[in-house]
Amino acid sequence: MKTESLWFIFLNASLINNFVLAYFLGICPFLGVSGKLSTAFRMGMAVIFVMLISSMAAYGIHAFLIWVDAPFLQLISYIVVIASTVQLVEMFIKRFSPSLFKALGIFLPLITTNCAILGLALFQTNKGYNFIESFVFALGAGIGFTLALVLMAGLREKLDFAEVPVIAKGVALTLLVGGILSLTFMGFAGLGG
Amino acid sequence: MESKPKGKLAAYFHFPQGDGLSTDEFIKGLWRENPVLVQVLGMCPTLAVTNSATNAMAMGLATLFVLVMSNILVSSLRNVIPKQVRIATYILIIATFVTVADYVIQAISLDVHKALGAFIPLIVVNCIILGRAEAFASKNGVWASFMDGLGMGVGFTFALLLLGFIREILGSGSLFGVSLFADSFQDWVIMILPSGGFFALAAWLLLFNGLKLRKKETQPEQSREEVLI
Repeated sequence: MKTESLWFIFLNASLINNFVLAYFLGICPFLGVSGKLSTAFRMGMAVIFVMLISSMAAYGIHAFLIWVDAPFLQLISYIVVIASTVQLVEMFIKRFSPSLFKALGIFLPLITTNCAILGLALFQTNKGYNFIESFVFALGAGIGFTLALVLMAGLREKLDFAEVPVIAKGVALTLLVGGILSLTFMGFAGLGG
Repeated sequence: MESKPKGKLAAYFHFPQGDGLSTDEFIKGLWRENPVLVQVLGMCPTLAVTNSATNAMAMGLATLFVLVMSNILVSSLRNVIPKQVRIATYILIIATFVTVADYVIQAISLDVHKALGAFIPLIVVNCIILGRAEAFASKNGVWASFMDGLGMGVGFTFALLLLGFIREILGSGSLFGVSLFADSFQDWVIMILPSGGFFALAAWLLLFNGLKLRKKETQPEQSREEVLI
């Protein structure tokens, strides 16, 4: 476990085991918010931010729960922390950058139910990462998520002009494109290993 | 469905008086408003754990349990929960039942628990459950909510099994771990890899879209509205 270098953790979270395309975490925003490139990018930035904060918070909580010997509270406290982090971030952005707040709109509160965030907290606990490793892991996962989202949005913007059969319009087409993207990301297997 | 005047126990639990209402709540989740195939919700577990039929079954049943229990509790507490903190309360209720399900699965089968990994705790953020709590259980009686949760849960399990069957048969040449073909069968390894999940679900959605389109063509007047939904 301790032999993994920070660089490898980063590569692993962002490319090799991309959260969206290999672990299927955060599929809802991947399908829902990937219609336009600009919104996809902003959504990705917000997710990176929330991921970093909640990953650090989850590390502290895990240590505390081990200390008080109550591991069954793990899930409940993680979800509460994520929900309150999102709330805090929302208030923070509203106070310091109203324009960004307007641009993010409904996506900000929706981050709470993004499984990538909770998944990140659970994975880092399962893998036994220390504080710095957790931070790098969160950064990698967030960048990987943004990468997948932006790639998808770029493809879908082009697909809007393509002629597709009526039967494949909508989610089915997005899923097919996602499958092909996932195939290409398999090419990263073994990288940095 | 309108809510009946409050105060009476019968109205609170909303037992239907033989109008077939609760059967409709059940069927709706199973087919017409199937959470995965029609509403396209709860994609993460749908794609992640359906690489074998056993995993799909376990995930479906765990979600069914959480969905039914949280629907019952949310609906029986619906007049007590303050409007402002309702979402947080729902999430706490759901997280509690997910923790129960997590420990139960661990006790029943450690292998399944290991195979599903972090995806059991991730049931908390399955949008189907929070969606039903907010859209249905918070407005309807306990009995109707129970049927709704049951229907949606069974519909979810059904969709997961559709995917699990295809992916396990093609990807490993077996079903529920029982080998189906002779040794000459070449496994489609891609089906149990992540991209196989995308392709299998896309194929099912294409099929369902096709069925919907055909229905629209055969009965153009009557069911246009229904097709749109």
